[in-house]
Amino acid sequence: MTALKSPPDTAAAPIRSTAPARNSLGDKISRYLYVRPKMRVTGLLLLPLLWLGVLYIGSLALLFITAFWRTDSFTSKVIPAFTLENFTEILTQPAYQATALRTIGIALAVTVLCAALALPLGLYMAKVASPRMRAVLAIGITLPLWAGYLVKVFSWRITFSTGGPLDWLLAPFGATGPGYGTAALVVTLAYLWFPYMAVPVYSAFRQIPDNLFDASADLGARSWATVRTVAIPLLKPAFIAGSIFTFSLSLGDYIAAQFVGGKTQVIGTVIASNINLNPPLAAAFGIVPIVVVVIYLFLARKTGALKAL
Amino acid sequence: MPATATSPKLPVQAENSRSTPAISLQQVGKSFGDFDAVKGLDLEIRTGEFFSLLGPSGSGKTTVLRMIAGFELPTSGRIELGGLDVTNAAPFERDVNTVFQDYALFPHLTVAQNVEYGLKLRKLPKAERTKRVAEALEMIQLPQVARRLPSQLSGGQRQRIALARALVLRPQVLLLDEPLGALDKQLREQMQIELKAIQRDVGITFVFVTHDQEEALTLSDRVAVFNEGKIDQVGSPSDLYERPATRFVASFLGNTNLIEGSLAQELTGSPALVSLRPEHIVVRPLESAQESATSAVTAVIEEIVYTGPTTRYMARTDHGTRLIVQEQNGASSAGAARGSRVRLEWPTRYNYTV
Repeated sequence: MTALKSPPDTAAAPIRSTAPARNSLGDKISRYLYVRPKMRVTGLLLLPLLWLGVLYIGSLALLFITAFWRTDSFTSKVIPAFTLENFTEILTQPAYQATALRTIGIALAVTVLCAALALPLGLYMAKVASPRMRAVLAIGITLPLWAGYLVKVFSWRITFSTGGPLDWLLAPFGATGPGYGTAALVVTLAYLWFPYMAVPVYSAFRQIPDNLFDASADLGARSWATVRTVAIPLLKPAFIAGSIFTFSLSLGDYIAAQFVGGKTQVIGTVIASNINLNPPLAAAFGIVPIVVVVIYLFLARKTGALKAL
Repeated sequence: MPATATSPKLPVQAENSRSTPAISLQQVGKSFGDFDAVKGLDLEIRTGEFFSLLGPSGSGKTTVLRMIAGFELPTSGRIELGGLDVTNAAPFERDVNTVFQDYALFPHLTVAQNVEYGLKLRKLPKAERTKRVAEALEMIQLPQVARRLPSQLSGGQRQRIALARALVLRPQVLLLDEPLGALDKQLREQMQIELKAIQRDVGITFVFVTHDQEEALTLSDRVAVFNEGKIDQVGSPSDLYERPATRFVASFLGNTNLIEGSLAQELTGSPALVSLRPEHIVVRPLESAQESATSAVTAVIEEIVYTGPTTRYMARTDHGTRLIVQEQNGASSAGAARGSRVRLEWPTRYNYTV
């Protein structure tokens, strides 16, 4: 709040000035607010706080409350009565457990894949590429963010289709693409969220001074040893920041799973199929990714990587 | 501060015979695109000497250092270290280590881990590593900061850690890239003395890059003066200062009066440029008798600048040549006033044609 300086002590006294007197309504409001810093802060934050408090947290709270309600199995009507049934079902039914674990596994695989691709690309962009090449690649990386989500998922659906481009491409090697399923889902999600990993890793790479790499080589390290002992430790905060996005976005996705996931069920698809049939159960299952992300954030915080954010 | 008086010595590299130069550059050239940073350079650096590469920025001295370290590969020519051809060897294959201009300490490692870094890569046993790290920190008199991070150290301390990190590997040659550039003047002078003492102690060849002529003269056994990608002169500090080979060397090392035209003709009998150091000239009253074996001109004092230990006179001779005279304060001085006519006198042997 350094911008909101307290007014000088003399503000209340009549201002002697050679400037012409200004008394429009705007001037009066400005003058009124100038001597009342708390009013100014309130004015500044009123709308964002309403947004955050009522719409944002509020809707999450509603979800949480719904999770404790019940659905009449005959009429499919939601009965607002407190019950732990939904949570018991999620935690004990093997199908739900398997879906939750599979989703977490997919999210981790997407994160690892993004990180593994971001490291060499970031190294090349930050330390090797010419400024022109760097600009081209920066556009290339962020390109997926510019296209509509559904369009991108659809294009991957075409890619992975039976006899589609990927099969055609692999045919000369006597192989076929994985078809719709978990592998296709991981690849598609990694494509969708890659910018969120690549951008922080690249910008962190740029901040590592070149001479640290020189120093490492000078002290006897080969390239991989330098990457392992200098680059990766210094990029850790960027990897963690990026992983928060790749992990939580993968955890919540369901459209990609519907289009390229084949029979693979994830938390999102289960919620989607229950939204009309059994909203309280869907709400309860919806809490699972939230809890997982909170735990993930907590672990990330413990590494100290979030201090830079 | 006698840095190394009580500290343990690192063993001297004795296997190199004195006859093989520590470093030999043969017709080494380096171009970056159209720009020739280094042009056909020949240079031999002797084992155990403190050798400086001196020159203004952009003169190629740092490029030469980086080629010796292996960070840049030469476009042409050959580089030998202790008689071995290393022209295209990677940095980790060369028995040289570098102290970087801004230290290049690893920010995520403690001081001890920084110093241990190279030893670990050489897969030395833990006990040996611990011992050598302790010795190295002892040598630079900073054993107490071993567990701190570089960000918690002062510039001078970081500089010394960088030195310890390189020396702990006992290289044949230590390369120093303007290591004192970021320090303030006092610390810089103190570190100069320490560096010299450490070099004498460990007996390793030091190659020191600097643009500070005073620093080069103070520290070095020999100096190479770089000018636009070439070496103008190699020699001891006194060689360079008193017998500069080129106009560039004369003017880059300290202040000098470069005399040309009719006055040069009068002084030496040839029209060649004469370099005359300001401190070699004395200001004497016109009526005093001229000493033997001296040259003299009459001049008018145009400006007097008092600098503490010395006084500088800007004088204009009857030929119209401007000369700068530097006199030690406290020495017998003519006490010339501004505007007065005086005789400027100096031993004839200081007329040095370049």
